[in-house]
Amino acid sequence: MGDYAIECKNVTYTYPLAENPAIQDLSAGFEKGGFYGIIGENGAGKTTLCVILRGFAPDFYKGELTGQVLVEGKTIPEYKTELAAKIGYVFQNPFNQISGVKETVFEEVSYGLENFGVPVDEIEERVINVMQMTDIEELAYKSPFELSGGQMQRVALASVIVLEPDILIIDEPTSQLDPEGTDSVFRIIRELKEKKKTIILVEHKVDLIAEYADEVLVLKNGKLIAQGKPEDILSDMSLPEQGVALPQVAVLGNMLRQKGFPIDRIPITEKQAAEEFQKAMSRRSGRP
Amino acid sequence: MKDLTLKNVSFAYPGGFKAIDDVSLLVKGGSNIAIIGQNGAGKTTAVKMMNALLKPTEGDVLIGDMNTKEHTTAEVSRIVGYVFQNPDEQIFHSTVESEVLFGPKTLKLGLEEEDKRVGEALRITGMEKYRQENPFDLPLSVRKFITIASIIAMDTEVMIFDEPTAGQDLNGNRRLAEILRYLHEKQKTVITISHDMEFVAANFEQVIIMADKKIVRAGTPKEIFWDFDALEKAKLKQPYAARICRLLGIPGNIICPDAAADAIMNGYGS
Repeated sequence: MGDYAIECKNVTYTYPLAENPAIQDLSAGFEKGGFYGIIGENGAGKTTLCVILRGFAPDFYKGELTGQVLVEGKTIPEYKTELAAKIGYVFQNPFNQISGVKETVFEEVSYGLENFGVPVDEIEERVINVMQMTDIEELAYKSPFELSGGQMQRVALASVIVLEPDILIIDEPTSQLDPEGTDSVFRIIRELKEKKKTIILVEHKVDLIAEYADEVLVLKNGKLIAQGKPEDILSDMSLPEQGVALPQVAVLGNMLRQKGFPIDRIPITEKQAAEEFQKAMSRRSGRP
Repeated sequence: MKDLTLKNVSFAYPGGFKAIDDVSLLVKGGSNIAIIGQNGAGKTTAVKMMNALLKPTEGDVLIGDMNTKEHTTAEVSRIVGYVFQNPDEQIFHSTVESEVLFGPKTLKLGLEEEDKRVGEALRITGMEKYRQENPFDLPLSVRKFITIASIIAMDTEVMIFDEPTAGQDLNGNRRLAEILRYLHEKQKTVITISHDMEFVAANFEQVIIMADKKIVRAGTPKEIFWDFDALEKAKLKQPYAARICRLLGIPGNIICPDAAADAIMNGYGS
């Protein structure tokens, strides 16, 4: 059995006044230091799963939860308020993350550390480091409410990373970012993984999940319908039937295979695709 | 069909921050174009000037021969509809139906025409099933379609979609592609801002790259996605199919997976 950061056992959750559960009988383990990508069509229950793992549901959202959620082996009520330091949570809508009580981005990113009672010198150092890492230094003196959607997303991410939690739950952090900003968020997340953090990421950009995640979970209608290595899950041509796009190179690989192009496996990353296709081509040209 | 023209347009926000610097552009009536570029490149400012939410601080914006400087935003917005980047800045009604009905009502079209417009807009955006729901009970990606339906119901000649692909899943993107085709058949001029290069490669005739307050390059997707100089300036990448073709040394400025598959097979077979 793995050493789990978070483990769900037969979790079913229903929002207040809802007829049907948003999450149904879901069991999954998130091992310490792993990078988990959660994918699924909109409305599948991805965000609901995140708020359950963080304990916001049912505590804040109310509703009814059955089954068990264990964070490092302990139930969520056992943590009381300490869970805030253990799990960092980046909201899907960055507007919900901004405290609203701070006048500059610098102060906003400092806010969590102030609440944790970290000494001022240390706060400054950590905030400056994180702002460099997330490329928001030039926003330091701006009001958090004057930012574009993409900028606000990076500030929200920074304000959570600065807390250095062991576990990070990140809900669609790149939806409003340009391609370069998106790549940089994935690089930041990989750096966090290198620091042994456990990462749970909701994301529609499967091409990047393919490249970075250790494991992928697919949700549909509140149920976990698949879980496994990216190379297995994201090369499965039936994935679009679940409302999830395939990586572009997997689409291309499948088209080629159907035309009789001899590839050994369906690639899911750019690098794999180039290698796989080159190998097949050189095999051909090697013939007499 | 009215052409849309930007003539040496600059825009500075109050306080002096310049967001657009001497941009000139002609969008032919009935065309379907995408604008791509980094966050902060000036894309949203540029399109907000097209429907007079903002007026240029220098230069002129013309819709046909109508100069936005000489008209109110209310007048211009009957010809150019703008779907906000953040749907929550646009939505203010308690049901999807009343939200979509708001625009047509201001046009005083009569009940029958209003109903027809709302019904058609809800149908094409896939929002019929949410007709009586409160928009704020629905996910963000669905709220985006409600705001698109509101503009389609206005039936403006020009429509601008600001990042409709943000946060969309596979079916959301398919729906958007259908909406674009539908509007193109109705000979609308549609201008879409997007960060999704695969979507742009598959769904547009013309693409404009913006970087640092200016237009870097305008052209067909095949042209712009193989213009490494322009992509570099705007810090953009090629779509995956193009990247693979480049790595394999396959010619032909390919940008879509099906064309890439054909080209790889041709190379393989020869």
